[in-house]
Parts: sequence; structure tokens; C-alpha cells
Amino acid sequence: MLQALADGILTGSIIALGAIGLTLTMGILRFANFAHAELITWGAYMALGVLAITGVFAGPIGPFSFGLPLILATLIAAVLTAALALVVDYLVFRPLRSHTNHMTVVFSSFGVSLLVRMVILLIFGGSAEYYSDELQIAVRLMPGLRVMPDHLFTLGLTLVIVIALHFFLQRTRLGLSMRALAENPDLVRINGIDTRTVVRWTWIIGAALAAVAGVLYGMTVQLRPEIGFQLLLPLFAAAILGGVGNVFGAVVGGLIVGLAESFSVLFIPAGYKMAVPFIILLAVLYVRPSGLFGGMRGGAK
Amino acid sequence: MTTALLQVSDITAGYRPDLPILHGVSVSVSEAEMVTIIGPNGAGKSTLVKAISGLVPISSGTVSVAGSNVTNLLTHKLATASIAYVPQTANVFTTLTIDENLKLGASTLSKAEGARRVAMAYDNFPVLQKYRSHKAKVLSGGQRQTLAVARALLTEPRLLMLDEPSAGLSPLMVSEVFERLKSLVSTGVAILMVEQNVKAALAISDRTYVLAEGRNRIDGPSSELAGDSQVATIYLGAGGRKR
Repeated sequence: MLQALADGILTGSIIALGAIGLTLTMGILRFANFAHAELITWGAYMALGVLAITGVFAGPIGPFSFGLPLILATLIAAVLTAALALVVDYLVFRPLRSHTNHMTVVFSSFGVSLLVRMVILLIFGGSAEYYSDELQIAVRLMPGLRVMPDHLFTLGLTLVIVIALHFFLQRTRLGLSMRALAENPDLVRINGIDTRTVVRWTWIIGAALAAVAGVLYGMTVQLRPEIGFQLLLPLFAAAILGGVGNVFGAVVGGLIVGLAESFSVLFIPAGYKMAVPFIILLAVLYVRPSGLFGGMRGGAK
Repeated sequence: MTTALLQVSDITAGYRPDLPILHGVSVSVSEAEMVTIIGPNGAGKSTLVKAISGLVPISSGTVSVAGSNVTNLLTHKLATASIAYVPQTANVFTTLTIDENLKLGASTLSKAEGARRVAMAYDNFPVLQKYRSHKAKVLSGGQRQTLAVARALLTEPRLLMLDEPSAGLSPLMVSEVFERLKSLVSTGVAILMVEQNVKAALAISDRTYVLAEGRNRIDGPSSELAGDSQVATIYLGAGGRKR
């Protein structure tokens, strides 16, 4: 029971990081980006690629399975993932946004996600990969609850990122513009703000968070080209549960989805675990389509 | 006549190039002048201010401010062109606080200057001070209008464009809003205002343009138009004959 709680929080925090980026881009660009989950895969594999170079210089730190090389690789992966997001937006979404209807953009994101997944498959192959083959010893926190040091790190990092992002959105001009953009893009322009810049930063932040989520997933589970595909539904469930555009909601949504997944295994066969986010998604859309916290796009029609 | 602050010359504009809403409309506003645009529903009044703001594309004709060409201006450069625009609906961010709304309006200014002018806005509009940390959705229609105007004035524009500032307000509020606009003009700000409320518009403004079906119909000093029977005719729809 306690173990399911710990596992749920771990999975939930990774889902939350991915869902934050999804909820931001969905709230601001107003389309369901099915390629967002692929940014997670891309980030995870970019870190793996960079690690092949940086990893030879230093070993792991303390009780963790990783050291400075992976941290450095994650930062570089975040930059590369942001670059991918900006390139995709420039080449695919932006031209389509101005010339076609909403659904075309949504379907194009399906295409992009397939393309990205296949590129990863081509470069890295289909078998499971790991950042480290170090054996990690689980720490026993209390009877019936054992956690890996890496898992604690994942939780801590997620917490730090969420708090930092909260301050960014509340206190900075750019953060304020992003929240405003989710409500009324024309009024943001009337206020003298170039929305294209704000959109670009939204992609950068969303993609960087996705890369971090990817690395954390790769670190605590394993790397496979299907990571994104498997996280897609949980991400959407979390973002919609929390209310599209609502960062805090995405975090809570991620935790709920993660916990529901891990607790479900206690009651139903593990094979049905994947269906849990889908059920949550259906339930939210049926009962409270605007999500638990309503989302940011209140006043705009 | 002195050179106009805003000169709109013969513009054709619409959301789609094949479906123009404005067919060669011309309007001019001089420094510190209050000009109203009136006309029946569908005359293209709102489209006109949106086209000047760069929200609706202009396919022919020109817009210039103080002599420089700002046709199809990128909307976020309005402030740079000394124009401020208050839309009719959704003119404040309801999910943001009053303070955040004003901060956004000051985002083209330096932080220090922005803070100074926001503080000035609170002095000028005490009602905003009272609600500064509340979400704008708690404000009434009139208070939202006040916030939107206060926001627009932060950049110290030479021309303020308002789209139906009296819409949805009580008669008492309407006269209050108009009085405030009038006193703004006396400080040197020019105003271009779209209005449904014909009587009030003619009473308060210096000059008025009557649009119908996306075309200029009549214009002149408001005091003269107030007694013009043609204005009423256009509103009753008989003006549609002459195309």
C-alpha cells in the first residue's frame, strides 16, 4: 500500500513535468499537440547521446546512479529538445495555423510524433537503453517502503521545478504575458507585446520540461522509443484533469494519474494499468470538462 | 486645416480579402480632437478601428499617424505609433488581477517608468486601487471600462481609439465615461470613438462620421449633424438605396 503510494508519486511527478509543458502549449496555442509526448522521448535520447560523450569524464555522485555528466547531458538535451520544438512549430504548426482549420493542426501533430519516433528508432535502435549500469541500492525509509535514491532525486527536482515555474509565471513579465496570452491573444498584442516571442518561449519552456521528464523516466525506468507513446494518454489526462493552461492543475493532475495507475495494480491485473488514465480522462470530460481548477482561458470567447 | 494626427485614406478591409467589409473608407482625426464614428449595425464601425489597429487586414488604401505610414501595422506596435486601443468586449484580462492588467499595459516601458505610470493610474482611478489585487472578473462593466482606459493611457498615446465605450453601461455610467473622455481631450489626447449611442455621441464629440454598409455617408461637425434629418434616415435603413 505504502509502496504503491511512493511509486504513484514518482510516476505522477514525471507525468506532471510532461503535463506542465503540454498544458502551457495547449492553453496558449489552443490545439492538442499529440507530438508533445515525443519531445519527452527526444529529450531522453538526446541526453543518452550526449552522455556517450560526457559520460567518460566522471562517475556517479554519492548514492545516485548518475553524476555531473548526466546533469550536463540533460541541460544539453533540454536545449536540443527546445530546438526541435521550435523547428517543428516553424515548419509545421505555424504555417498550418494561419492557413487551415484547427483539426488540421491536431492531425499534423500526429504526423510529427510518428516522424520523431521513427527518427529516434533509426538512430538509437529499438532495444531498451539505460543511462547507467550501476546497481543502486534501495533505501528503506520505513517498514514496507523502499525507495531508490534516484527516485527521491526525481521528486525533489520536480518540486524545485514546479516552484521555480510558479514564480516565473507569477513574477516575471514574460510569465505574465504567457498567462495573458492563454486568455486573449489579441488583447496581448494591443498591450504592445509581440505574441510570437511569447509563443517561442512557451515552446522552449515546455520542451525543456519535457526533456527533463524524459531523462527522469529514462533514469528511473528505462529508455525505449515508445516512452512518449506510452505517456501520451497520462499526459493528456493530467493536463485536462487539472484544467488546460493551469500549471498547478497539471501537477495535481499528474499526481492523481500516477497514483491512480499505481493503486490500480492492487485491484486489477497490471495489463489494464494503461487504461486507467483513459478512464480518468473520460470521467473528467464527462463530469467537469473544464478540469478541476478551471484552466486559464476564462474570459476569451 | 492643420495636418491630421490620424489620416485614414480610402481603405478597403475585411477578414477575408474576397469579402471586404469596408469599401474605401476615409477618416481623419486632428490633434486633441474628439471624433465619433456612428452608423447602423453592420456599417463596419468596429472593423474600421480594428483595421487601424492591425487586427483586420487592409487590402488597399493607407493609414498614417502624424505623417508616417502605419497601414497594416503589426498590432503590438500600436504603442510605438502613439495609438492606444480599447476594444468593445474582452478589453481586460479577467483571469489576471487589476495590478497585472496594468503591468501588462506598461510592458513596452522600462520597469521603473512602468511602475511610475501604474502608480499614477491608481491616483487617477481610485476604484482600481481598491481592487488592485483582485481578479478583473470581479469588476462591473463600468469598472472594466475604467481599467481598460487606464491601461490604454499608460503608454501616453496621442490617439485613443475606443470601440463603443458606452456599451452595456447604465445611463449614469455613460455620462461619467464620456465626461472623463472629454477631460482627456482637454489634456491633448485625440479620441476616435465608435458609438451606438447616437445622441450622446453627437452631443460630446467635435466631429462625426456616419458610416453605412462599409462606406462613408455623411460627416461634419457634430453640432450640425445633430439636426440633420439624413442621419436619422440612414439609421432607419432608407439610406441603403444609394449604393
